[in-house]
Amino acid sequence: MNLGRDVVGRLFNWAGVQAAGGFWMPEQGSTTAVAVDHIFSLVLWVSVFFFVLIVTLMVVFVVRYRRRPGRLEAEPSPTHNTPLEITWTVIPIAITIGIFVWGFKVYLDVNTPPANAYEVMVTGQKWKWLFTYPNGHVDENLHVPVDTPIRLVMTSEDVIHGFYVPAFRLKRDVVPGRYVKVWFSALEPGEYQIYCTQYCGTGHSDMWAKVVVHRPGGFERWLEQASNFMKTMPPAKAGEMLYRTRGCAQCHTVDGSGGTGPTWKGLFASHVPIEGGRVMVADEDYIRTCILDPTKNVPVGFQPVMPTFKGRLKDDEITAIIEYIKTLK
Amino acid sequence: MTGIESATGGFGSGGNALGRDNYLNHERGIKSWLLTRDHKRIGVMYLVVILSSFFLGGIFAELIRTKLLTPGNSALMKADTYNQMFTLHGAIMIFLFVIPGIPASLGNFVLPLMLGAKDVAFPRLNLASFYLWVGGATLALVSMVTGAVDTGWTFYTPYSTTTNTNVILMVAGVFVLGFSSIFTGLNFVVTIHKLRPAGMTWFRMPLFLWGIYGTAIIQIMATPVLGITLLLLIAERALGIGIFDPALGGDPVLFQHFFWFYSHPAVYIMILPAMGVISELVSVFSRKHIFGYTFIAMSSIAIAVLSFLVWGHHMFVAGQSTLSSMIFSFLTFMVAIPSAVKVFNWLATMYKGSIWLATPMLYVLSFLFLFGIGGLTGLFLGALAVDVHLHDTYFVVAHFHYVMFGGTVIAFLGGLHYWWPKMFGRMYSEFWGRIGALLVFVGFNTTFFTQFVMGSHGAPRRSYHYQPQFEAYHRLSTIGAYILGVGFVVIAVYLIHSLLRGRPAPANPWGGATLEWQASSPPPHDNFASTPAVGDPYDVEAWTWDGAVGGFVRRTPAEQPAGS
Repeated sequence: MNLGRDVVGRLFNWAGVQAAGGFWMPEQGSTTAVAVDHIFSLVLWVSVFFFVLIVTLMVVFVVRYRRRPGRLEAEPSPTHNTPLEITWTVIPIAITIGIFVWGFKVYLDVNTPPANAYEVMVTGQKWKWLFTYPNGHVDENLHVPVDTPIRLVMTSEDVIHGFYVPAFRLKRDVVPGRYVKVWFSALEPGEYQIYCTQYCGTGHSDMWAKVVVHRPGGFERWLEQASNFMKTMPPAKAGEMLYRTRGCAQCHTVDGSGGTGPTWKGLFASHVPIEGGRVMVADEDYIRTCILDPTKNVPVGFQPVMPTFKGRLKDDEITAIIEYIKTLK
Repeated sequence: MTGIESATGGFGSGGNALGRDNYLNHERGIKSWLLTRDHKRIGVMYLVVILSSFFLGGIFAELIRTKLLTPGNSALMKADTYNQMFTLHGAIMIFLFVIPGIPASLGNFVLPLMLGAKDVAFPRLNLASFYLWVGGATLALVSMVTGAVDTGWTFYTPYSTTTNTNVILMVAGVFVLGFSSIFTGLNFVVTIHKLRPAGMTWFRMPLFLWGIYGTAIIQIMATPVLGITLLLLIAERALGIGIFDPALGGDPVLFQHFFWFYSHPAVYIMILPAMGVISELVSVFSRKHIFGYTFIAMSSIAIAVLSFLVWGHHMFVAGQSTLSSMIFSFLTFMVAIPSAVKVFNWLATMYKGSIWLATPMLYVLSFLFLFGIGGLTGLFLGALAVDVHLHDTYFVVAHFHYVMFGGTVIAFLGGLHYWWPKMFGRMYSEFWGRIGALLVFVGFNTTFFTQFVMGSHGAPRRSYHYQPQFEAYHRLSTIGAYILGVGFVVIAVYLIHSLLRGRPAPANPWGGATLEWQASSPPPHDNFASTPAVGDPYDVEAWTWDGAVGGFVRRTPAEQPAGS
């Protein structure tokens, strides 16, 4: 057994598939990665064998049988040989069935989360990821404890995105109108790259985020501190955090460019023409009303499409957002 | 008639007909071309427009690769432009070049000649197919100027129903192109069923025709599904009917099922004719009968059938059920088998042959090498757990290009060089032909092998920005793309030179035993002066080089080598 494992391990290394990331494949960050890489190396060796076989035969035939003076005719040889042809049909069938079975087995494991997994909600939107923790905290990166099964329940707010963590060998399309579930268990503390793999427009290649894997105990500390950002951060900073994680950024820009809603740059204390001919000053009360009752005072040139945030944002959170808007001059 | 004259179709001077009546000078004037029903002229017109599309798609490819020299923003193009570029590169290469490529240009030219027939079954329909192609291509080109699509060539919903680019026009173009494809397929199926000459049974048909036949069946059966899907997409965008958009109660993954139900078989529309070309070339240039004719012919049919049952392997990470994924994974491995069988049969054909390393044969060797890699890397993607990691990365981009470029385009180039003397009655420079083949081989591997490595490390495709860790791979890949570009310039230059100044070609420059080599080069308007004698299409050993003729002539029975 040990000898067998040793041989497999060596082949594994020669194939360039190593725990630290080799010629093929990145570092192995999850339990799944180890299982997937074993199949990868098997398929790699099968492929290398057949490729070398094909190319060697080709080269040998070209060298030995190339057309030259004294060899202008082919040698007599059979035009078919049924047993031989059946052999080279059946052997590939057997090999591919072997690969199929192993590939499917690991795929099943990858798709069957353990019962005690810790759950995080993932939301894909143009062009960022948001991670919602069981206590309601929303973050732009995925923080998880090491050595713990994590279950991700994913959905999209707009088009199809693809959630991909190469180090975990984990990928799944995130489809609007559906909840997609995947799981993983990280092996080592550290930071791992998240990509979007389903093309989704202008910022598709900017949908980067990190998986931050914490040491034992570190995750709980992080979550407590992060969830308390309203208390620990200055209000304007907290407001910026809310802007990015509560959906404001989807319609309101902070750099003066256009969007579904008015930009926040220079908004505070400005005079806003309202549908119906009134003009209002964008002070604290105006902004608060806009958040809680968005269709009451719709600025000229915009549709009344904003949903109410009554019950979704607390008073101190609204205050923080107002403080943030004040800083956008 | 002397032996030589009978062997060369009675045309003298080795069977070259440039100075006499042939299909190129039979009628003159632009109108005689635009309204022609001659399959040879239609084939040549297809060749011109298809190569133009290839050129345009190639320009987009070089621009994309140039942007990717650096990981960040580029002065060359913005993210939106980049997204349009890769969409157009894909759409043009797939719908305007690779799908019609071999069947419509080489197939149109060669199919009736191989059957010893005067034309295809429906010459007017053939011309109509050509104009449908032109119409579809025009719509696609107009869409490029009026708001080039940025959806990727796959048009995935709901992105394609919500983006503000001109999706409707592009999709309408592809819809029309689909009809061109269906009619060509229909024409070829009827031609092969009805116009085979006396003595040419199904199993005495050249393998290229088996390839074209399998392709035509897929074109007829699968393309309508694409047509309906695209109409639904147009209706969704224009009327908001809510079939695919979840905001309207639709299912976005349904589009992927419909799309791949066509587009996976379409991959075989692209590769089957290429395999047919290789089957012809490997026998002729090994100067030996093809090995295992029946297995090769049947594997084409097996591929055509199985190709309809594997579309779900594009959706292993899209959220289809585990059971569906399992079935699709299994069938995907099974569709690999017929291709493997063909490769072994081609190798066995070379065994004990007299291998002539002329330019077309270099493309055969190139094909075996590249298609070997393309096919074997499919095993990684067929294995479910591994596919989850590699899906939508550069690994898939590389695999796809190894099959479509390393397979189809290389075979197309091999076939083009093989039938070129027949099409235009002139030879090209063998020296530059070999240089061109070598540049394409080296450039291609440099471009795309790097992408396998990059993809296995997790580089997502369709990315304007990328992580700095991938920069070295991207640079190498771009250098490869430039070498590839130079290779194509070389090929274009010597082929154009050949058209104008090339040495006149004999009727049979390579010693092929299929019927087209019994016509003069180029063939007359009616293809054959007299009905050609049907024999074994792979009896290439019955043809021997004759220095006096400057081409191959059929041996008299007394000259037959012992044992054949």
